[in-house]
Amino acid sequence: MIEILSSGALNTVQDRGRRGLLSSGVSRSGAMDIVALDAANALVGNKPDAAAIEVAAFPFRLRFDVAATLAVTGALAETRLSGRRVPPWWAIEAKAGDELTIDPPTLGARVYVAIGGGADVPLLLGARATELKSGYGGHEGRGLKRGDRLSVGLRRPGKLPDGGIGAPLPPRRREAGRPLRVLPAAEWPDFSEEARRLFVETSWRVTAEADRQGCRLDGPELVREQRRELLSHGIVPGTVQVPPAGRPIVQLAEANTCGGYPKIATVIDADLWWLGQAMPGDDLRFVVVERSEALEALREVAEWLDRLRGAAALYRVS
Amino acid sequence: MVDDFTLSQAGTGALLLDVAIGGAFDDARQARLLALAANLDGVEGVEDIVPGMNNLMVVFDPLLVDAGEIERRLAQGWAGAVAADEAGREHEIAVVYGGADLQETAAHLGLAVADVVERHSTAVYKVAAIGAMPGFPYLSGLDSTLAMPRRAVPRQGVPKGAVIVGGGQAGIMPITAPSGWHILGHTDFVLFDPHRAAPATLRPGDTVRFTVAGVKP
Repeated sequence: MIEILSSGALNTVQDRGRRGLLSSGVSRSGAMDIVALDAANALVGNKPDAAAIEVAAFPFRLRFDVAATLAVTGALAETRLSGRRVPPWWAIEAKAGDELTIDPPTLGARVYVAIGGGADVPLLLGARATELKSGYGGHEGRGLKRGDRLSVGLRRPGKLPDGGIGAPLPPRRREAGRPLRVLPAAEWPDFSEEARRLFVETSWRVTAEADRQGCRLDGPELVREQRRELLSHGIVPGTVQVPPAGRPIVQLAEANTCGGYPKIATVIDADLWWLGQAMPGDDLRFVVVERSEALEALREVAEWLDRLRGAAALYRVS
Repeated sequence: MVDDFTLSQAGTGALLLDVAIGGAFDDARQARLLALAANLDGVEGVEDIVPGMNNLMVVFDPLLVDAGEIERRLAQGWAGAVAADEAGREHEIAVVYGGADLQETAAHLGLAVADVVERHSTAVYKVAAIGAMPGFPYLSGLDSTLAMPRRAVPRQGVPKGAVIVGGGQAGIMPITAPSGWHILGHTDFVLFDPHRAAPATLRPGDTVRFTVAGVKP
């Protein structure tokens, strides 16, 4: 078991989310930074579908009742295990009684804490992810609070060397200011040439209206020339909608499964993590790419993750 | 007809087939779309088939299946789609009509409250699609005299069970959430239960009738 000592309502149990249920109105949910979640699970030797803790409210503290392997990835934040500093994107062995403390990030918004065996909350609709908006899944359908106790699943055999092991940063993490890659969406042609130019040339500001459902951006008004009415249609995380006021909203993990606003573009899957790490006041740009580049980027992340899994397994000694 | 649809990318692993003509919803095209959705079930790499209002989104694993293959299946599938004969299931949903919106709606439409209740409860509705919220049904078949423009600003916390109308559509709130639609009454009918394997009670193609369980002032 682990016990939460200090938390906020935005800290939740998350995994890769629910798949195949958009047609029942069930949002995907899951980690906002899937790459960081995957890396944390890889470092501790978990299966890819294991659940971890997404930490978005700081400081965050928990105590281990039992010895466990833990990994911390995602946003860069001062992290200590019973006083010992844990570097970013790092896995380490915790002893029974150890306390983990994570301070507010210096870069990024969400830290992922994976524990060997995974957070053992009930499987609901095929996943352990918390859906905050609708109040189900994860730990009692809500954020973690002080005093909550989570059981962890069975550990894989093997311990990490003293001092632990680290992961190299995933592709593109170091490249600050690189634009988010998007594919044009259904209403792309309906926007004026000027609007399309503004869309890619503007440095968009992330507003305070940014949560697990979506991220509202501030910048110039994007005008749609073709003002035909749209009927409700399915949307996925990454969809960039432009409501009548003309400022884009990027739909994220807990987005409603259908919407009616025009869609100018969709952020490619491999770049979605960036929005999970965006803070109000951050600036971002978009660049339109071809489908082949979106696929290549996805493969690049998958290969990076495969190498990390392989490397982490080599270090784990029985 | 050749050009009676558009196909667009909805991200790395999703495509959207839109068969709407103008801005109006068409029941016959929706029935064909639902038949196409059923035909796509089980295609390798396809993760989710999401009917919307006269559109269909297909979510797939782009590392398992080529987007071009899904595009081809959607285009050819739509051309050959024939509405299924068997109707969906039938549901009767008991409503206690009432509340501030009901009065306001009646006044806006120039009708008596009793007329609004009667027209809403005698219409026969089809579940066109499920989405937006968990288990939320987009119902077609609303009496056209009950069409109400949506609120300019959505209201926070429209309660679970609220029986609502917006534009030319009807619906029921499965959870308490923001909505710009107008509340005509309340039902205890359960639309969503995450502990069921099929969590949404209603399915596209089902028929819904509202019955009057009471009218409150």
